[in-house]
Amino acid sequence: MPKITYNTSDNKTHTIDVQNGLTVMEGAIQNDIPGIDADCGGGMSCATCHVYVNEEWLDKLPEKEDGEEDMLDMAFEPKKNSRLSCQLIVSDILEGLVVSIPSKQG
Amino acid sequence: MNKTDVLIIGAGPTGLFCAHQLGIIGLTCEIVDNLDKAGGQCIELYPDKPIYDIPAIPECTGEELTNNLLQQIKPFNVNFHLNQRVEELKKVENRWHIKTNGNKEFDVASIVIAGGVGSFEPRKFPVKECEKFEGKTLFYSVKDKTIFKDKTISIFGGGDSALDWAIELSNSSKVNLIHRRDGFSGAESSVQKVKALSEQGKINLYTKYQMDSVSGENKINSVKIKHDNGEVKDIKSDFVLGFFGLIMQLGPILDWGLNIDKKKVEVNTENFETNINGIFAIGDICSYPGKLKLILSGFHEGALAARGCFKYAKPDEKLRFEFTTTSKAAHERLGIKND
Repeated sequence: MPKITYNTSDNKTHTIDVQNGLTVMEGAIQNDIPGIDADCGGGMSCATCHVYVNEEWLDKLPEKEDGEEDMLDMAFEPKKNSRLSCQLIVSDILEGLVVSIPSKQG
Repeated sequence: MNKTDVLIIGAGPTGLFCAHQLGIIGLTCEIVDNLDKAGGQCIELYPDKPIYDIPAIPECTGEELTNNLLQQIKPFNVNFHLNQRVEELKKVENRWHIKTNGNKEFDVASIVIAGGVGSFEPRKFPVKECEKFEGKTLFYSVKDKTIFKDKTISIFGGGDSALDWAIELSNSSKVNLIHRRDGFSGAESSVQKVKALSEQGKINLYTKYQMDSVSGENKINSVKIKHDNGEVKDIKSDFVLGFFGLIMQLGPILDWGLNIDKKKVEVNTENFETNINGIFAIGDICSYPGKLKLILSGFHEGALAARGCFKYAKPDEKLRFEFTTTSKAAHERLGIKND
């Protein structure tokens, strides 16, 4: 199972084994990592699972769909490396992925 | 004071169907919702997106589902209280008194919370100083557009609200439109109009910029905006408008003494009552082992919660189980004439 690292806004680091096929959002929710709300449940309709992806990983991720960029307009402090974690499906390619969770989701 | 059997909090699909189930068993209800229309997340988040997992409906949009539910509860003449958020809750003998932020008061036997993930509130600027100006020279919605006449307005956002107001206000105000990227999520025709107005010099368009800070004493004087490349611009502004959509927040329900875990209200699965007698929770807001956040689960939960409400509304009567195909009482309540 790939290891995913979540940096939370309280400066803590959580490294979790996340099953292939789950999303980075689900990995956080199932392991009680604070700061990801995922209000809509993974439907790309709320922007409350917003994460910052560490730069070196940006190219390895699937491209954003239009809908994701539209939702990121709504996110709290979006940056160039912003993604919705519900759109990042875990696979072996993402072994070692590091994401940072913003201080707020809305 | 509105006196009724049940107050439903939330006019999403779950709340609407619960109203139907209450009507079928002969209870009355009223519905409050913080939005200006019924439909909840279906209308606010995905009105045009098809839903494929409503039993016996292969495909329908959020808007169609809402309209069908409204049609289905029509016989019960349910009163809606929109743009209202519940604030205070008080137990008075064996009834509940509820007050909304618009000072509407209800006297009910029981309450069904069908509040989704909370009430929709505008998303705000991350910049802290904005709070100081909020409601005075910084707004997240427009109530009175006349105050903007001949002023300089900085509008932030890239969706329909931001584009529509930029176009509208450019007739009588100086408009800056600031958005974090080149693409816009609003309607293509509005995007084209904004671009045309920008070329004519009627709208100052700043893309790949976000708010950096606001300054002013009692009112805003100027806004600093920062480009992706780090460059900062100071633009004069009398007013600032932010349109970043809505976020859901649980609000005052948090203070009612309900058992809440991870923003969800714990319920039993027999009748979806919470730890407080007479208060039920259904739909996305409730949690129990195995909970699925599906509309169909909300319908089931609403049907059982409605039956749970019966003993509080009619303590001296016994509820008999009946089918709508054959129940005379249900037909009368639905306004169906039997031969």
